[in-house]
Amino acid sequence: MAQPVVQLLNVTFGYGTVPVVEDISLHMHRGQFAGLVGPSGAGKTTLLRLVLGSLAPTRGSVFVEGMDLKGRPSPCVAYVPQVETIDWNFPVTVEQVVMMGRIRRMGFVPWPSRADRRAAQAMLERLDILPMARRHIRDLSGGQQQRAFLARALLAQPDLLVLDEPTAGVDLKTQENILHLLADLNRDGVTILMTTHDLNAAATHLPWVFCLNRTLIACGPPDEVFNEATLNQTYRGDMVTFRNEGILFIAERPHHHTVRDIIPNPVPGEDIQPRK
Amino acid sequence: MIDFLLQPFQFEFFRNGLMAALMVGALCGMIGVYVVLRNMSYIGHGLSHAAFGGAVAAYVMQWNFYIGAGLWGFVAALLINHTARRYQIGADAAIGIITTASFAVGVALISRVRKFSTNFEAALFGNVLGVTQADVWVIAGVLLASAVLVFFVYKQLLFVTFDRDVARIYGVRVEWVDTLLSLALAATIIVSMQTLGVTLIAAAIVIPPIVARMLTDSFSKMMLFSIVVGALNAIAGMYLSFLVDVASGATIVLVGALLFVLSLVLRSLRRRAAKGRAGPGDVLVPLRSGAELFE
Repeated sequence: MAQPVVQLLNVTFGYGTVPVVEDISLHMHRGQFAGLVGPSGAGKTTLLRLVLGSLAPTRGSVFVEGMDLKGRPSPCVAYVPQVETIDWNFPVTVEQVVMMGRIRRMGFVPWPSRADRRAAQAMLERLDILPMARRHIRDLSGGQQQRAFLARALLAQPDLLVLDEPTAGVDLKTQENILHLLADLNRDGVTILMTTHDLNAAATHLPWVFCLNRTLIACGPPDEVFNEATLNQTYRGDMVTFRNEGILFIAERPHHHTVRDIIPNPVPGEDIQPRK
Repeated sequence: MIDFLLQPFQFEFFRNGLMAALMVGALCGMIGVYVVLRNMSYIGHGLSHAAFGGAVAAYVMQWNFYIGAGLWGFVAALLINHTARRYQIGADAAIGIITTASFAVGVALISRVRKFSTNFEAALFGNVLGVTQADVWVIAGVLLASAVLVFFVYKQLLFVTFDRDVARIYGVRVEWVDTLLSLALAATIIVSMQTLGVTLIAAAIVIPPIVARMLTDSFSKMMLFSIVVGALNAIAGMYLSFLVDVASGATIVLVGALLFVLSLVLRSLRRRAAKGRAGPGDVLVPLRSGAELFE
C-alpha cells in the first residue's frame, strides 16, 4: 500500500500538564479531501499546527511524506491561514503575496525571474484573479482574498494543502464557491486538509471528516460519521440530524422552549397575553 | 542661486556632515520600512537610548565608541526579545524597562565622571560638526552592509514582516532573519547617533517609511520611496541647519515632520479625486492613518 501523505501516531500535545489533543492516530492518503470538525477549543488548530510542523508533539510522531517532523515544517506542505489573521493594511499587491509561495524556488535577487512570473500568472489565471494582480490586497472581495492566498499556497506545488477555516467570515455564496474550488483542486490531485465550524457545509461538500474533541472521536464519510451519537460525543451537546431531499442536515436540538418562554412579550406593544 | 547652494561646501565639516546625513537618512529610511511595518517604531527609540548607555560606558573604559555602543545595543535588543517572549510581558513594556535602565546607566556614569558634558550633549541631540572623515567611512560601511543584506534577504524579510508564522511554514528561517534585522537596526542606530542624536533617531527611522506608505500600496515601491525620502529629508535638513544655524538633528526631523504633513495632504487630495470618479456604490476603505502606525 502506498505511503500516506500524513500520518499521526499516538500524538499528544499540551501546554503544561493538560493535553490539548491526546493520543491521536490518523492518516491521509494521496488525493484525499478531508475536513477537521469539532467545537471551539477542541484542538483543531493545534492539530493543524502539528501537521504544519509549527508545534512538536509532546508524545508520538507526525509524519509527512514519511518524514518525522519533530516541530519542523515539511517542504511538501502549503498553508492557507484564516483571513482574519492577515494584516490587510500591509503594503503588498496580490502578485507580491502570491510570489511568496515560490520562495523555496526563487534565486538570490529580490525580483522574480521570468519563470517565476509565468508560474504566478498561470496560477492567478487558474484561480480567476489575474486582473487583480497589480492591485492591493485590500481591494479584493472576500472570495478573491481567499483565492489569492490559495494561489500562494498552490504556487509552492505542495503534496498537501492545509487550510484553517477557509469558509469563515464569508457569505454563503462565496462559501459555496470556495468549497467547489477546493473540490476542483482535489480532482486535479491535490490532497487537502481543512478545518471548519460549519457541519452542514462539511456534510454536503467534504468526502471525509475527522471529528475531534481533544481525542479523535470518529472519522469517515460524513454520511456515516455524522450521526447523533458521534456528534453528541464530539460537541457534548444535544444534536439532531435529518435528511431533506437526500441532503444531510445537522442542528442543535431545540431546547423545548421558544423565545416567548424566555421573554414573554418580545415585541413591545404587541397585544399578546403572556402565557401563564 | 548656484553660488548660494555651493557656498556651504567650502567648509570641510559641512561636506562631511552632508555626506553623513545623506547616508544616515537613506539607511534609516531603508531599515525603517521593516521597523514600521513590524509595529516596532518604539524599538528604534528604545535602542538608541540603550546604546547611549553603551557609548558612555565605552568612553569611561576608553574603548572604541562604535564597539561599546554596538555591543550594548545589540545585547539590549536580544534582552528585549527574550524578556517579551519568555515572561509574557508586552514588548513595549520590556523595551521601556530595559532601554531606560540602560540609558540610566549612561546618565549615572556621566554624573560620576562629569567631565565631558559637550560629548554628552552631542550624543543626545546630535552634532554634525563633530562628524569626521572616519565616521563617514563607518556610516558608508554600515549602509553598504545593510543594502547587501536587504538585497539578498529581501524576499525572506518581506515574508517574515508580512506574516511570520506562515513564513516559517514556507521554509523561511525566521530566527535568522530576525537576528540579521536586529543587527542591521542596532548598527543603523549607532552610526546615526552622532548625526541625529539619541533623542531624534526614532523620527528618522519612522517618518520616511510612513511618508512612503502614504504614497503607495506596493512594498517594493514603499522601500524605494522611503530611501529617497530619507536621503532628501537629510539633505534639506542639513541645508536648513546651516542657513538658520539650528542643530542638524532637529532640522532634519522637522523637515521630516513637514514632509509627513505634506504626504497626508497629498493623500487626502488623491482620495477626494478618487471619490469624485467613483460611483455612489463604491466604498473607499480608508488606509490606516499615520497615527495608527505610530502606535
